[in-house]
Amino acid sequence: MIRYMLSRLMGMLVVIALVAVIVFVLTRAASGDPISVLLGDQATAEDIVSAQKIYGLDKPLPVQFGYWLKELSHGNLGQSIFLQRPVTQALWERAEPTTLLALMAVFIAAAIGVPCGIVSAVFRGKLIDQLLTGFAMLGASIPSFWFGLVLMQIFAVSLGWFPVSGYGDPGATLSERFHYLVLPSVVLGVLNSALIIRFTRASMLDVLGEDYVRTARAKGLSEQVVVLKHALRNALVPIVTVLGLTVALMIGGAVVTETVFGLPGIGNLVVSAVLRRDYPVIQGALLVIAMIYVVINFLTDLLYIVVDPRVKY
Amino acid sequence: MKIPLVLKKLFRRRIVLAATVCLLAVLIIALLANVITGYDPNETAVSQRLSVPSARHLMGTDELGRDLFSRIAFGGRYSLTIAALTAAGAIVLGTLLGLVAGFFRRLDGPISRLVDAMMSFPDILLAIALVAILGPSMLNVVFALVLVYTPRVARVVRASTLVVRELLFVEAARAVGVSTPRILWSHILPNLMSPILVQASFIFAYAILAEAALSFLGVGVPPDIPTWGTMVAGSQQYAHDAMWVVLFPGLAIIVTALSLQLLGDGVRDLLDPRLKKSM
Repeated sequence: MIRYMLSRLMGMLVVIALVAVIVFVLTRAASGDPISVLLGDQATAEDIVSAQKIYGLDKPLPVQFGYWLKELSHGNLGQSIFLQRPVTQALWERAEPTTLLALMAVFIAAAIGVPCGIVSAVFRGKLIDQLLTGFAMLGASIPSFWFGLVLMQIFAVSLGWFPVSGYGDPGATLSERFHYLVLPSVVLGVLNSALIIRFTRASMLDVLGEDYVRTARAKGLSEQVVVLKHALRNALVPIVTVLGLTVALMIGGAVVTETVFGLPGIGNLVVSAVLRRDYPVIQGALLVIAMIYVVINFLTDLLYIVVDPRVKY
Repeated sequence: MKIPLVLKKLFRRRIVLAATVCLLAVLIIALLANVITGYDPNETAVSQRLSVPSARHLMGTDELGRDLFSRIAFGGRYSLTIAALTAAGAIVLGTLLGLVAGFFRRLDGPISRLVDAMMSFPDILLAIALVAILGPSMLNVVFALVLVYTPRVARVVRASTLVVRELLFVEAARAVGVSTPRILWSHILPNLMSPILVQASFIFAYAILAEAALSFLGVGVPPDIPTWGTMVAGSQQYAHDAMWVVLFPGLAIIVTALSLQLLGDGVRDLLDPRLKKSM
């Protein structure tokens, strides 16, 4: 088991290294020059040279990569060219709305997805199953920006139940913030519940075919106990995995919803950085987001070993 | 006219038939846009701005008085073309990578790790970064989306290749001296058609959604080209007074994406041998 964990750990490190290379290559392949964007066309040649020195842009690419890696190992993601502050600080400032949004959305997705998925699996092929599978497919077909705009029109503009957009004053309390997060997390939660329904259904169907479920039925346990206790407990492990990965993907993938509702989150930070060619921010954000995903993926893999004693390596 | 048995089986599920009909309708409307709609999609008529849907303007008009139905029909040409090219590109590249990774043990590690790394980025974020680097144009949106979806195809094709590679007829072919490229092309590839077909329809659907999202964020297709995404982006601030400017382009996206996924699901049910046994 230790050997398996070590090999998984190695695999994870390789993937993280590849992610770093991809991020570096992507951001440096961009044609626009951040210095000319930053200084404008009034800049003198001297200004440009000194700015290039400050940001290390005058060195050859492999050197820049090495420099970047060295700083990374110290937890330094570099300095944002436009925000005039370290990238880690910029990310940290934007982390709260995105994290809260992702957690609330995944809670909603699970609250809808898991029960619906169970019902769908238990009544496989029946009308209710077809309706729920249809709903799941519909959820995967609705653009989040459109759903966001529609909900915003109904619940914020017309009914006035929620603020239209933004994240409140800088000094707002958490409960006030919560108000701003309801609509965006409903958008993300409902749309992502589609995936959770399909996954829960598949996972439950797998488990319901197992011998121990038949045994549980054979010894006369009620269907309720069989489904909720014997089957669900075992089906839950892969479901929890998917929920974890969903949170990870939402950290950066919520960019569209964040934009619709004007939430100052990480996705928003990346889009504005992209529009201004702020390399260090793009690099840092992409790297951190992908690393969160890789690490969560690794941890959920380990969870399998801990939770399921049958899994042996 | 005789309907092939496969289609008959596929359409036995009425929802799949309905999805196919919807899809054909969308295709025909987009192809015959200039015949059906009767309006130039870019012709502005300020006196007609934000008209309610009526017999004259089936879906109303937008903030510049342009006929919305006509814009959706013409926009469909762009949205569908982008998505179709994306699906085609990702399928070709992903199949190639997946076949190689699944068949040649030595290349499996590097390719699979690369696929893992690419899939660690949220789709939409990676697409945004790629378009930002390549520059906003229709072709670059296609390039970016191909790169985003290729790893997904590669992963599926690799998994299927691993299974098919071990089957007896592959061993037999090798035993009688069939060359490796030929084994890949005429013995393994044909057996991967069903997962590939299913992936193609799903990626087609995802690409429609992704293109719309990119255009909505302003980092996709230039705003003067009417796609379903740019239409919503351009008109969203008028949504309060004229709900239809946002409603109809969105519905076009939903109907198309949903139909594609239903069709993909139908094909999977039909071709998946594990399900066939129980039927």
